[in-house]
Amino acid sequence: MAKKIAKEVSVAVAEAVAQCNVDVISAYPITPQTHIVEHLAELVNNGELDAEYIPVESEHAAMSACIGAAATGARTFTSTSSQGLLLMYENLYIAPALRLPIVMALVNRSVSAPISIWNDHSDVMSMRDAGWIHTFAENGQEAVDLIYHAYKVAEKTLLPVAVNIDGFILSHVVEPIEFLDQTLVDKYLPPLKMKYKLDPKKPITIGAIGVPEIYTEAKKAQDEALKASYKTIVQAWKDFEKLTGRKYLPVETYQMEDAEVGLVIMGSLAENAMNAVDILRTKGKKVGLVRIRLWRPFPLKDFIKAIGKVKALCVVDRAVSHAATGGPVGIEVRSALYQSNKRPRVLNLIAGLSGRDVTKEDFVEIFEKTFETLAKKPSTPYEIYGVKE
Amino acid sequence: MPKEQGLVSWKQLAPGMYILEPGNSKKFKTGDWRAFKPVLDKDKCIKCGMCYILCPDICYQPDQEGFFISNLFYCKGCGICAAHCPKKAITMVLEEE
Repeated sequence: MAKKIAKEVSVAVAEAVAQCNVDVISAYPITPQTHIVEHLAELVNNGELDAEYIPVESEHAAMSACIGAAATGARTFTSTSSQGLLLMYENLYIAPALRLPIVMALVNRSVSAPISIWNDHSDVMSMRDAGWIHTFAENGQEAVDLIYHAYKVAEKTLLPVAVNIDGFILSHVVEPIEFLDQTLVDKYLPPLKMKYKLDPKKPITIGAIGVPEIYTEAKKAQDEALKASYKTIVQAWKDFEKLTGRKYLPVETYQMEDAEVGLVIMGSLAENAMNAVDILRTKGKKVGLVRIRLWRPFPLKDFIKAIGKVKALCVVDRAVSHAATGGPVGIEVRSALYQSNKRPRVLNLIAGLSGRDVTKEDFVEIFEKTFETLAKKPSTPYEIYGVKE
Repeated sequence: MPKEQGLVSWKQLAPGMYILEPGNSKKFKTGDWRAFKPVLDKDKCIKCGMCYILCPDICYQPDQEGFFISNLFYCKGCGICAAHCPKKAITMVLEEE
């Protein structure tokens, strides 16, 4: 077993990408993603990584270059945040539709205006429907492990994967990280072999027009591919567990076995929420935590199972879907519940926008608010938590 | 049941709707988009080939006598050939069913 090394998470993510023997890196620096691409540029410059680093003029070009490179069968990487992701936007839909196994480290940051460099999930939620596979890291170790996993999954499913890493809260923190030995990475991740790729010796057309007589069928095929990727994603985590002993599931639970009230969250805030669960458990309150690690394809059955027999759920969203029926995760959860017979009360709070702290004390209060819904239904579909009136 | 409008089953599409047969756009009929078709007056034509050069769809090909003839399988009826013919030998005529 490899030993743990103290690393800034961004640097660790870059080193994991390098271990994956990536061929083409195409990225434009933006806070808080910067250290990832800086470190990769350094590795290429120093001759430690044999890859093409394309210093593009914008994120739109970064994703375009990844699409082009991936179409020729190259292992690609990009990384961005916030406005950078939005500048990539039209290409974000093209990558999955063309079944290109691009991996992106998406260092989550809020979206302007007002301009903000701090962490929330408003950037990623804008690409929710683009057709990417999305995983959310809780801590630095998980961010690194999800990079190895992303390549495994992307290349088996021929779909792009975004690994979501909370900006600053994860990206700029030094954590003890256990890397995979290179031999294990090579074992886990065989060289990329694409059946169809752009090759002058065997010409094919990628990106042809989809007339009305074919577009629907193309979208159905893409949708089925993303749904079917679930099995590969889970299997890739099982394979990873065999190599490392570290177990990952699409939905994680904490103290949910007998929980009456559960909290649903994605990303790094789950660790604070876990502390709040511990505090309340010592007081005899039956609370638990559900953390969605796999956001797309949405693990419906795992989620329904994970919530157990709760009487009330609080969904903590980190993005606003303005004037909708909830935050993005809240909407998803309510829709998922309707696919089952479970009908817990759902309180949907939007918290932690633009890096605002949500402390364990806050989570204790959030749990208490959720208990109140047992007696009285929430008066609004969602509310913004901790806003100063 | 809604009318089946799909050309091919989604299960039969190559991943990403790739086209594995190079150059198959030749088989794609675009001539049915046309409202006007070019009609050549061979008496006026001097076989200069301006239509052949300027046609954006490369529809024009020379026949055995050397006249350039538009292939109506592809011709979308844009009228560029008629507009640029130095002898006004090409007339755009409304298509009728």
